[in-house]
Amino acid sequence: MDELRELYQQVILDHNRNPKNFHELPHANRHSEGYNPLCGDRVKIYLDIEDDVIRDVAFQGAGCAISKASASVMTTLVKGKTVKEAVALFHKFQKMITSDTREPVEMEELDKMAVFSGVREFPSRIKCAALAWHTLKAALQNQEEQVSTE
Amino acid sequence: MKTAEVLKTEFNVQRIRADFPILNEVVRGKPLVYLDNAATTQKPRCVIEAVERFYRQQNSNVHRGVHYLSELATEVYEEARGAVRSFLNARSGKEIIFTAGATDSINLVAYAFGNLGLRPGDEILISEMEHHSNIVPWQMLCERSGAKLRVVPIDDAGELVFSEFERLLTPKTRLAALVYASNSLGTINPVEKIIARAHEMNVPVLLDAAQAGAHLPLDVQALDCDFLAFSGHKVMGPTGIGILYGKENWLDKLPPYRGGGDMIKSVTFEKTIYNDLPHKFEAGTPNIAGAAGLAAALQYVSAIGRETILSYENELLRKAVRALAEIPGLRFIGTAANKVAVISFVLEGVHPHDVGTILDSEGVAIRTGHHCTQPVMKHFNVPATSRASFSFYNTEEEISKLAESLQKVREFML
Repeated sequence: MDELRELYQQVILDHNRNPKNFHELPHANRHSEGYNPLCGDRVKIYLDIEDDVIRDVAFQGAGCAISKASASVMTTLVKGKTVKEAVALFHKFQKMITSDTREPVEMEELDKMAVFSGVREFPSRIKCAALAWHTLKAALQNQEEQVSTE
Repeated sequence: MKTAEVLKTEFNVQRIRADFPILNEVVRGKPLVYLDNAATTQKPRCVIEAVERFYRQQNSNVHRGVHYLSELATEVYEEARGAVRSFLNARSGKEIIFTAGATDSINLVAYAFGNLGLRPGDEILISEMEHHSNIVPWQMLCERSGAKLRVVPIDDAGELVFSEFERLLTPKTRLAALVYASNSLGTINPVEKIIARAHEMNVPVLLDAAQAGAHLPLDVQALDCDFLAFSGHKVMGPTGIGILYGKENWLDKLPPYRGGGDMIKSVTFEKTIYNDLPHKFEAGTPNIAGAAGLAAALQYVSAIGRETILSYENELLRKAVRALAEIPGLRFIGTAANKVAVISFVLEGVHPHDVGTILDSEGVAIRTGHHCTQPVMKHFNVPATSRASFSFYNTEEEISKLAESLQKVREFML
């Protein structure tokens, strides 16, 4: 049960129940769709970028608690950031979830992302956490074809 | 087979469980509750020992040596074919082709059947509830030949719409490939009726019995199917071994699938003469140890009694449905009147992946996802389901554990 609590931290459960920015974005000027063929999770990320700054961000889709909470937390982290800053966050997240489980997670630096460090114990769930971030990166790069975790 | 004979007189699930070493494993600190039998079943000791015996005492290549071990290996392999023949009640061992599994068997037919000369305008008939392994090989065949894939729909209970099957069965239909029992819905199709109707139109029928093989008695002569595919590992056997049954006249007609050693009589650069059935379809060194393991598995299952197994599993299914129906927000996907012991469900507000992970922390192994049946998921408008699938070594206590753990999932996630 402890490992489970580590995976499903309260923040994740809360974001799963009440996801932030979970809607369409009619004025979005960039968007991308992500798909995890293994479990059928789908996420659509909408961005409104002006002068290289993410003015607004939203997501839609169907997925497990991890993927939904990850998308929700991500939107709160990247809103107001520059494209470059958002890409840097992507790399930070990617590094965290694929790091060795023995490595301590620097909470401060990772901010709200740190709650997802529990997925490292569950290899089958890493892609759930990563889906939204990969989709964000594709949207930032204006890549409109579907992103797949496979 | 002494123990098995005792079992035949009285079904004692605890005694059966003792035959499966893995059922004593502790996972995540909890006793294993294995309910992913539709994906693969666990192996009884006699199967593990047959594989080990082969490599310890009998290992050699088949059909080509004159030395003692080669003759022994050939005997083991051909006796295994005999065990399969008897398990399926096929007329002859010539009708039993060893393959890598049901997927491989279907690909064999799709490939060889295509080489008989399929033309644009011809049609292959499948159903909406097929496993991807009974969709994709036919799609590939259609791409190669210009033939068209027609799909018999299912209704909201997950049953085949028989009137649509009859409507789609036309003089253009060259072959019907249908699942006997669905791996994601549990639905048992009315295959006798399907085959009889297809034969009236002179359409051969391939049955995908990958799932049915684990649950239902199979008698290819009574079924009168033209081809039947199944996987050893779903019937207590090893992975990497499966069977294609084909009526002899069909297998005679079909050109070989793969070329290589063992499938030939003679080879010159000018002309190769193919071997007789069943060897014509078995190029290369086969999975001999797998065949030995499969034979042991089929003998084990037969000794318990297929009817005995079926009635015990039906009881498990009935009890599991009753236990799960009590869980608030649980919806069954697949409510056919005639089902094998496979239960797909969704839990309102909880994604199947989360259900699977939380059950796993309780030691309960189920499958979550699309179960290689994406069209079924689309039909029921769900991205995935959770699936608990039973075998004759499962118990009522395990059903209670599943239900309790699902209550925990709700408490945890909602």
